[in-house]
Amino acid sequence: MSDPMEAIKQSFFEECTELLEELEQGLLALQDGSADEETIGAVFRSVHSIKGGAGAFALDGLSRFAHEFETVLDLVRGGRLTLDANSILVLLRAADMLADIATSSAEGTEMDAPVEAAIRAELTDLATSGAAPGHAAPEPAIDFAPIASDLTAFDGEVPAGQPAAPPTGPTQSDVWTIHFEPLPGLLASGNEPLYLFRALAVLGEVGVVCDPTGLPALAAIEMGELMIRWMVTLRPSAGDLTRSEIENVFDFADGLCHLTVSPRRLPGVDVAPEPVAGTVPAATPAPIATPPARRVNASEHRARPQSSSVRVDLQRIDNLVNLVGEIVIAQAMLSQIASEPDRRQELTASLDMLTQLTLEVQDTVMSIRALPIKPLFQRMSRIAREAAQMTGKDVRLVIDGEGTQIDKTVIELLADPLTHMVRNAIDHGLEDAETRVAAGKPRQGIVRLSAAQRSDRVLVEISDDGAGIGRDRVLAKARAQGLVDQNATLAPHEIDRLLFLPGFSTSEEVSELSGRGVGMDVVNSAIQNLSGTISIQSEPGKGTTLVVSLPLTLAILDGMVLRVGEDRYVMPLAAIVETMMLEGADIQHLASGGALVRTHGRYVPLHDLGDLLGRPAPARPAADRTIILVDPGDDANFALIIDDVEAQRQVVVKGLANTMKRVPGISAATILGNGRVALILDSTGLQSLSRVTNRTGSERLAS
Amino acid sequence: MRVLAIDDSRTIRDLVELTLAREGFDAALADDGEHGLEVLGDMSPRPDAILTDINMPRLDGLGFIRKVRDMPDYDGIPILVLTTESARELRHKAREAGATGWIVKPFDPARLVGALRTVTGLQ
Repeated sequence: MSDPMEAIKQSFFEECTELLEELEQGLLALQDGSADEETIGAVFRSVHSIKGGAGAFALDGLSRFAHEFETVLDLVRGGRLTLDANSILVLLRAADMLADIATSSAEGTEMDAPVEAAIRAELTDLATSGAAPGHAAPEPAIDFAPIASDLTAFDGEVPAGQPAAPPTGPTQSDVWTIHFEPLPGLLASGNEPLYLFRALAVLGEVGVVCDPTGLPALAAIEMGELMIRWMVTLRPSAGDLTRSEIENVFDFADGLCHLTVSPRRLPGVDVAPEPVAGTVPAATPAPIATPPARRVNASEHRARPQSSSVRVDLQRIDNLVNLVGEIVIAQAMLSQIASEPDRRQELTASLDMLTQLTLEVQDTVMSIRALPIKPLFQRMSRIAREAAQMTGKDVRLVIDGEGTQIDKTVIELLADPLTHMVRNAIDHGLEDAETRVAAGKPRQGIVRLSAAQRSDRVLVEISDDGAGIGRDRVLAKARAQGLVDQNATLAPHEIDRLLFLPGFSTSEEVSELSGRGVGMDVVNSAIQNLSGTISIQSEPGKGTTLVVSLPLTLAILDGMVLRVGEDRYVMPLAAIVETMMLEGADIQHLASGGALVRTHGRYVPLHDLGDLLGRPAPARPAADRTIILVDPGDDANFALIIDDVEAQRQVVVKGLANTMKRVPGISAATILGNGRVALILDSTGLQSLSRVTNRTGSERLAS
Repeated sequence: MRVLAIDDSRTIRDLVELTLAREGFDAALADDGEHGLEVLGDMSPRPDAILTDINMPRLDGLGFIRKVRDMPDYDGIPILVLTTESARELRHKAREAGATGWIVKPFDPARLVGALRTVTGLQ
């Protein structure tokens, strides 16, 4: 395909995503009764448009399924099929399947044929139940084959390249004679004899003779009406031209003209008018016969093609243009002032202005990348549906704050962990119906997704009203795995956090849904990749809430530059509670080798950052060292000994290359003003690192 | 040749534009009937032909055609209907509304161009 076509094809898949979202929204509205006629029209149109585009790119599977779907929706919008709870579920499943097919079309992978056929059968059932008696059954959809059906102006049903009729022997006439007499109104309907004759000319050699004998006297001639008749002879170029094909040319003039089509027969041969072959099926497409090699579970979102374009509110662009203009002016002024001596004060003032403008540009540019989280939350509603179906639980997903704006990349990277968390909530968090009822809870479990902005962070909460975390089991498991000392006592929130440790799992059965156990460690690292933090709150019998705190943007971070030895690290400002001097701090050493420092009336674990990361600094007197108190996002603060706090500043976050092995505690890197590389620390990772063993010491990173 | 093409699907609009551009035709695009009327009003001189989808929000293809047929300024302008629906009923409706011809989506680019040349008499 030439480049422009490829680009349009990609654009089509993007359009599909939007259309599928609209489709799901509309169907959900139908489900909860908030739909109106416009909704139904929109639902129909979205499938209709997908079908149209699919056909244009010869995406047969997609086009075929969309066609079936469209047929049903057409019946709904025509009022010939009323929907009940069950049929809406069928439509929702069909929408999910349509999305899957679209994804596999985009990625060139195989669809799960039996599942697709099953849902298609459900659609057909709906369609037949809807074709009420007395209505012509929907046009024999046959196997709707997306042939680029050809048509010149008038030709109706004869697709290019398809024989108009099964050739049943030599067709008979050599020449057709057509008498064409326009009736009043023909011209006004936009028909023009000239076009008609040209269309005939496509079918063969045409001779046109005008018959003016019907013309009335001049005075009687109607302005704007055609009063001429024609006789047209047509020598077909195709040997099997049928009467129908000729009549089709005049389709649009039907009722507005007198038309006689007669074959001039060759002596002795009979003409049998052949029906236009609406029923010649295109070669039956080979069934997608490869045994379902991989069940395409679209909700796994395998490498969902990230679209590399974004729709932007024009207002934001205009703001940006203005700001850039102002910057250019400010910069010019600065240059001017700098070239003249003794204007120091103005220089400072201008610099301030420039700084201000730059900040505003930064904000605006960031906001361009920001999108509402709504589509992501809506995807979760499908995930929830599937999870509910798989576990046989009655679940309702409640969404809040879906208008909250988040950086596009953050949204994309949040999809997988969020999926995990929603599935977990349904699979492990919520009890099954009987248990709930026995506990006096409503039968239906609720999973709540909410998003809100808090200063420079966005908080995304996933909560369920299930059974809460089984802390005894978790603690027992952690002890069994050696993650926690046999004798250590942990506060409830500390037990909850154990779930985030790598490899941790308490699930007795491997559930088909979420795989082995909880997988919270995977979720945790994904969130860390986003420079986010995750905290967990749980109340037995009441439910569990996960709170994910995300930066508004991934690109820039407010942090403190720390020095340990010759190394520089950056700790996100959000994680730092306070700093204090090492000397004079109230420190207790534990028998196990660890240490605690007293702060605000509590003792928190104390670690040497250099030791923790495996890069111990040369010994220095305590007087020269500093402690920072770190809050990784839950209540479990800890403290780190470093050499120095060098600066507080904004840094540009640079990801680490994929080729680099992930080191716990390090999330990214940045380049400081002096050109040196500083590693960006991740407080949650450091916290986990510090807990894995309770010894301070440098063999921590031995693995 | 100048053509006004109306379709609510971005993909179809892109394809039509590409097809027409390759022939050196000028395409003006709109995404529904209302928008189509606006764009039509801005085109001066009027387009040589109009290509429109049927299923669109706000004002659908049939509604659009009826309105245009009511406007003396666009008397005689060829209007081709472009849609996936092959139902005969709909074609009759389109004809009654005043459409000049009918092209089925997905369209064969050569046919579309041929049809436009035919109804406009232009090359």
